[in-house]
Amino acid sequence: MPCIYLMPAGGVGASVLEAVAPAVARTFLLDVQIGPRLADIGFAYDGVRSQYHVSKLLLELIKNPPPDAAKILGVADVDLFLPIFTFVFGQAQLNGLGAIFSAHRLRHEFYGLPPEPVVFAERLRKEAVHELGHAFGLVHCLDPACVMRSSTYVEDVDFKGLEFCYTCRRQLNERLKSR
Amino acid sequence: MNPQEIGILIVDDEFSVRDSLCSWFQADGYRVDTAADAAEALQKLQNEQWNIVLLDIKMPGMDGIELQRHIKKISPHIITIIITAFASVDTAIQALKDGAFDYITKPIDPDELSHLVRNAIERMRLLSENLALKERVNELISADEIVGDTLAIKNVVKMIQEVANTDATVMVRGESGTGKELVARAIHKNSNRRYFPMISINCGAYPEGLLESELFGHEKGAFTGAQFARKGKLEMADKGTIFFDEIGDITPKMQMDLLRVIEMKRFYRLGGNKEIGTDFRIISATNRNLEDMAKSGAFREDLYYRLNVFTIYLPALRERKDDIPLLSHYLLKKYALSMTKQFEGFTTKAMEKMSRYHWPGNVRELRNVIERAMVVAKAPMIDEGDLSFPSAAEEEPAPERALLSLKDLEKIHIQKVLESLDWNISRAADVLEIDRVTLYNKIKKYGLRDLEE
Repeated sequence: MPCIYLMPAGGVGASVLEAVAPAVARTFLLDVQIGPRLADIGFAYDGVRSQYHVSKLLLELIKNPPPDAAKILGVADVDLFLPIFTFVFGQAQLNGLGAIFSAHRLRHEFYGLPPEPVVFAERLRKEAVHELGHAFGLVHCLDPACVMRSSTYVEDVDFKGLEFCYTCRRQLNERLKSR
Repeated sequence: MNPQEIGILIVDDEFSVRDSLCSWFQADGYRVDTAADAAEALQKLQNEQWNIVLLDIKMPGMDGIELQRHIKKISPHIITIIITAFASVDTAIQALKDGAFDYITKPIDPDELSHLVRNAIERMRLLSENLALKERVNELISADEIVGDTLAIKNVVKMIQEVANTDATVMVRGESGTGKELVARAIHKNSNRRYFPMISINCGAYPEGLLESELFGHEKGAFTGAQFARKGKLEMADKGTIFFDEIGDITPKMQMDLLRVIEMKRFYRLGGNKEIGTDFRIISATNRNLEDMAKSGAFREDLYYRLNVFTIYLPALRERKDDIPLLSHYLLKKYALSMTKQFEGFTTKAMEKMSRYHWPGNVRELRNVIERAMVVAKAPMIDEGDLSFPSAAEEEPAPERALLSLKDLEKIHIQKVLESLDWNISRAADVLEIDRVTLYNKIKKYGLRDLEE
């Protein structure tokens, strides 16, 4: 039975994974398993930028996929980057096996604000569904409420919803059916 | 614009940059490809169509600036965005001078990139919309409405072509209904001012005060009833053309005001204290003898010379009767389309009847006769009986009438039309196809009166 693997990368807490797993299962209608932790992520660290190279992490996470993995979603809690960008929330292989996102910039504390656990959990779910959406072949959507709406700031994440718009949902259902 | 319709090419010698940007744009749904150097980029630009090129300024071999120059040669419409490090902002400025849409410094803020690409696409969309609209305008312009094969009309077309692209003031002379406004439109549509408005004003149709406010506009409260400020036609014609129809009908005061505007290209709105500058080309038209009017002092000589820089004389339809078959078929086809009726042509007798008639109302009359015939006739042919001419004499004028001057003939004709319509001015003006003011002027000029009164 194919399922979606949530792969913790680095020291990401169990609460983060617990917040994400039910939403992923409900959205993609697949079982969710917590995969083995990639404990040592030092190889992806860039000392000059004090950030972690997202592509390197993702490639490592999907290097030896479990045989029943429909998709692999890496969950990190460090600041991610791509060489050309100042930062990224996450990355996905469009229509591919893997995706990854980080909780790091989704926390209120990152912006000097007091913690907001409810908002944080909602952001985690949105980012998890968004990156997995890419792995299922969906591209960014112009509907401001759709979870596939591109978000470059955390405010954009808050603004959009957790659900797919009608068009994206239809596309996703087709992809899920054709699997 | 659908993201799939937009092609983005990323040119950078660093694999990680190409890879990052590629997956970033793929997630947005764009068609994306990458090139590691200028040579590969140029190859891809030749083989496929790209809308936006993101290019690194520093590359081994040909650098970004040089590559951009080549890209602009391939297609000036390709939008180029320069990727640069802080150290090379000076070069980025050079790239902007060379036509880059914008530049972005490494490392890129994802939000900044999103905005930049969105703006670039918006510009692309506006550009293609603008080009499509211009094409559409050009299509409309090329729809040639001046129909005729006689030497007289060919000369007119030649003159229009000659004068259109200059900014010269043109005067169109000809009888009523010969198509003076059509000539003015043709000049405007073939001039460099064609993307700006052509504003027409029928000088004969307004009493003096009203004409003044129509031309110059007015400020709020300039006169009773001026509840709002309003732009005048001279202001509306900015960068375009203003067409003064029946210029011979304006009053001496108006002639003076107009002369000043033509000379200065500046004026005040009624009740306004701000001088307004405007750039327009003047085309005027009249069927009156301005030379005589200038001699008698009814028309300012200086204004006459100002307006009469280049004159186009439009022949009356009776002077180009050979064009009647061509014109009538053209009009038939035109109205068949708008009326969705299937007409093929005219019977020989109908054509003979039209050729015999002297057409005092010129092409306008011909148009009305054909339009009316198409309502009453049975498709596919228009027969002699379907044609009815509004003026009394359908045949060529009798010899004794033919010896009359045009002025006397006009006087007799107007008197006759007025009598047959019980001096109903509106209906007579309709039949004569002139406006009421012109009819009143002619009644005054010829001293016509209702004999039954």
